[in-house]
Amino acid sequence: MIDMLREFFLGFGPIGLLIWTVIKVLAIVMPVILGVAFYVLYERKVIGWMHSRHGPQYLGRVFGVGWIQTFADVLKLLLKEIVRPSRAHGFLFYLAPLLAMAPALAAWAVVPFDDGLVLADINAGLLYVLVMTSMGVYGIIIAGWASNSKYAFLGAMRSAAQVISYEIAMGFALVGVLVAAGSLNLSTIVLGQQGPAGLLNWYWLPLLPLFVIFFISGVAETNRAPFDVAEGESEIVAGFHVEYSGAAFAIFFLAEYANMILVCFLTAILFTGGWLSPFPEAVPVLGVDGWWWLLLKVLFYMFVFLWFRATFPRYRYDQIMRLGWKIFIPITIVWILVAAMMVHFGLLTQMDA
Amino acid sequence: MSNRLSHYFKSLMLGELLQGMAVTMRYFVKAKYTMQYPEEKIPKSNRFRGLHALRRYANGEERCIACKLCEAVCPALAITIDSDMREDGSRRTTRYDIDLFKCIYCGFCEESCPVDSIVETDIHEYHFENRGEHIVNKQQLLAIGDRYEEHIAAARALDAPYR
Repeated sequence: MIDMLREFFLGFGPIGLLIWTVIKVLAIVMPVILGVAFYVLYERKVIGWMHSRHGPQYLGRVFGVGWIQTFADVLKLLLKEIVRPSRAHGFLFYLAPLLAMAPALAAWAVVPFDDGLVLADINAGLLYVLVMTSMGVYGIIIAGWASNSKYAFLGAMRSAAQVISYEIAMGFALVGVLVAAGSLNLSTIVLGQQGPAGLLNWYWLPLLPLFVIFFISGVAETNRAPFDVAEGESEIVAGFHVEYSGAAFAIFFLAEYANMILVCFLTAILFTGGWLSPFPEAVPVLGVDGWWWLLLKVLFYMFVFLWFRATFPRYRYDQIMRLGWKIFIPITIVWILVAAMMVHFGLLTQMDA
Repeated sequence: MSNRLSHYFKSLMLGELLQGMAVTMRYFVKAKYTMQYPEEKIPKSNRFRGLHALRRYANGEERCIACKLCEAVCPALAITIDSDMREDGSRRTTRYDIDLFKCIYCGFCEESCPVDSIVETDIHEYHFENRGEHIVNKQQLLAIGDRYEEHIAAARALDAPYR
């Protein structure tokens, strides 16, 4: 089916190639944007329930869930005026949201949704993801600087320092996975977790500290509660995006949530077996692998993100730095060694690259 | 030393964080307190003090005798009364205005009334759409009384043993 479509479009020459590429891009980006919209709704409902409230329930009510609410919010944001402060840097002020969004969407290219269902099955997929998630911080820094506002600047500085610190812990956690899987290709990493014991074969068990650290670093990377000092509404109003309104703000919002969903996908793929079924293969029906398992796992991690937000108060800034540098990095380094030992003594088997 | 080690161990196990998450999870599944207001309403006491009304006797005669006790007792000076002699020689009000913005719904007017004429009903869902509508006059008050007389009488009867 897909091959047929591909042949059909490539038959038109260079223009067909362009159209085919655009279709492939849209096939990833549209679900991500829709996913962001529903994630906002998910967040408002879950946090509402955890606060003993109901959350949005009137606009487009389906079983007490007002699912049109987020679309109404998006429409409102898109129709609002983008106010540029008079002393802000003209070009960079508008460039920053794009710089934040582009990597957040580009990283999705290498995410495998099912066996073989991946836009770009590149060998260095994990490196590509790391690069793309790190690029997002430029959007934040430029936004903070170009706004010409104290609060935005403070937020940008905090965010930069925080993201760089946690990048290291996150990178080391990924090295653990690399050692275990012996490959940088995300599909290969998932297949490396296949085994007769179902979820006990996944990497979360041998790499448990790395799994926890990766997820927490992911929360910090995306500047989410309890690591949301970059926004810190009680201290610096809204952080780096104070001066942004309307569609520009909506793009920052989109980038943040797309990144969150991406971190959920990565955690599911790297540590909890991607599209693999948690049940042993011998179990009928439930033992069948497929994209629905990935979806379920991602929904769970997304829930945990919101759960964190509803539960924990914001970290103090120096505590965040302490956690990143003095706790996470030493633990990850030690556990990389442990993982290497496990591979060396045959407790973990690498995939042949 | 062993104390510090156990402290490290405890914080690495994230025990307290998980405890906190357990609390929020309990609230997540707990029934919510929210009253879905226009569809659901909280029961009201029969002593609820809301919008005012002027009552009539069963024969249709208005109760108010223009004694102006309510005007005198009103702490917010929300009541304005003018009185005159009616054709039959009885003393009646020619004007009975209540400024609902001044009114603090204390119920003193109702307490002071010797003939149970001015009462506060339990109506609390009312609004004004134009400037000036917050001053309700005698006709409006009597109309409210006529419309809710049964309801008002029932609430008074319930409260009678305690007065």
